[in-house]
Amino acid sequence: MAERGGRPVAFRGGGFSPRPLGIVGPLVFIAVIALWEAGCRTGLIPPLVLPAPSEALAALAHLVETGLLWKHLGASLQRLLVGWTLGTLLGIAVGFSIGLFSLARAGLAPVVAAIFPIPKIALLPLFVVWFGIGEGSKVATILFGTFFPTVVATYGGVDNVDRNLIRMGQSFGLSWLSIVRKIILPGALPAILPGFRISAAIAIVLLVAAEMIGAEFGVGAYILLAGSLMALDELLAGVAILSVMGLTVNWLIARLERFLLRWRT
Amino acid sequence: MELRLAGLHHGYGDIEVLRGIDLEIPAGRIVCIVGPSGCGKSTLLRLIGGLERPERGEVVQTGEPPPGCLNPLTYIFQDFALLPWRTVEGNVRLVLEDHGFGRAETAGIVDGVLARTRLSEFRAAFPRQLSGGMKQRVAIARALAVSPAFLLMDEPLSALDAQTRELLLDDLVDLWARERFSGVYVTHNLREAVRLGHRVVLLSRRPGTVREILEIDLPLDARAGHAPELEAHRSRLWQLLRDEAHAADVELVDG
Ligand SMILES: Nc1ncnc2c1ncn2[C@@H]1O[C@H](COP(=O)(O)OP(=O)(O)O)[C@@H](O)[C@H]1O
Ligand SMILES: [Mg+2]
Repeated sequence: MAERGGRPVAFRGGGFSPRPLGIVGPLVFIAVIALWEAGCRTGLIPPLVLPAPSEALAALAHLVETGLLWKHLGASLQRLLVGWTLGTLLGIAVGFSIGLFSLARAGLAPVVAAIFPIPKIALLPLFVVWFGIGEGSKVATILFGTFFPTVVATYGGVDNVDRNLIRMGQSFGLSWLSIVRKIILPGALPAILPGFRISAAIAIVLLVAAEMIGAEFGVGAYILLAGSLMALDELLAGVAILSVMGLTVNWLIARLERFLLRWRT
Repeated sequence: MELRLAGLHHGYGDIEVLRGIDLEIPAGRIVCIVGPSGCGKSTLLRLIGGLERPERGEVVQTGEPPPGCLNPLTYIFQDFALLPWRTVEGNVRLVLEDHGFGRAETAGIVDGVLARTRLSEFRAAFPRQLSGGMKQRVAIARALAVSPAFLLMDEPLSALDAQTRELLLDDLVDLWARERFSGVYVTHNLREAVRLGHRVVLLSRRPGTVREILEIDLPLDARAGHAPELEAHRSRLWQLLRDEAHAADVELVDG
């Protein structure tokens, strides 16, 4: 054992920690589109099955030229904004009541648990009867769909606020309102904000579904019309718009999170 | 202002935690409470500060808190309890905001306590940027901001490493020498108790009762030079505590 030399100890601590590889994502994206375009050009993919990306782009360009893009997008964004904002505000208010008041918890938490898992699309016909075929039923569907996940995220967040911090607030004689505003609200925010991502995704799904009934304008209406005419290039253009919409919303929420939770890292 | 505990009893469910605690807590001095872990020291401190209601007995306040005192019974917690989303300055300001001070007045108090705890340079830092010792100094600054009549400290140094603990212990001695605050200091560390306590109260294992009260007459700022005397006190307390701690250690937790 005393002799010199020997082998270095083998390294075995690698892996299990994803590194950011910034360019890989866009590269995969470009590669898939290029392959798809090539497949269509060579006839490997028949145009009736899947139009080429360039055709979808042409349909998009046509939308921009005719000015219809803004009409569709404007109608959709307005529904999304009104429905999501109202649903989120109501959801946070109810989530806080459940988190703070025993009576609200006992009374509302079971109701929320019962309605949360229902796909809200199933209720769309009901909303049409209640709120009319126009904007009312569409906004109501989105509102309803975003309300429940927000409630659940909010009261989960309130429940998880460090009890020691609340006790500290009480020990310094802070008022009830101060404790809620300065300790519980910021403490629940790290749970509420990720809930925004989920509710925004749900809102986009419900938007498209709601626009498939009795809407003249809207991205969903555009897609539905394209589908019934078998205009697959337009359909793909519509889907691309939705994807960009989703990415934009996600990016906005990420900015908001970085701003509001800048105390974290 | 002084505090008197009279016949305090407390328990959780079937567990009896404190039994018949009678204690006088004088002003201007530090009372250390020591005892084996789980004997109810933290519970006792929560009862003293009104964070919990005793099952029987009462905590009585005699005399009035000094003028200008915003929160007579003020805690310093083992886990610091700083708001991570507020800066050092914001954490101190938190406890002043409900008192209706003007902006300049608040700033004056905050500047004052940050200077007294030598934290002025770090006023804009967030808690995550600070070491444990610094965090506890922020908590001390926050406590001083409300000019307490009593500082109630629950193992304030136990979350810190040994070196930081030593530094902060010196800080507390200095602070007492300057401000002569009244304090109740809970610890399981006998060395801390004999360094800081004018009076050391030893609790028995659960259910906690007062086992022994030791008066140490040396002034706090002179104790560094009296190591042998303190060591004698410490080892006598340890003799008493060891049997309690051993018995508590081998008890079943839910027994
Ligand atoms: N909120 C509580 N609910 C139930 N049991 C508790 C609670 N707080 C403390 N206890 C129990 O009371 C006993 C004393 O606890 P504690 O005062 O924290 O002891 P110490 O601070 O001396 O270590 C322990 O057995 C603990 O499990
Ligand atoms: Mg304790």
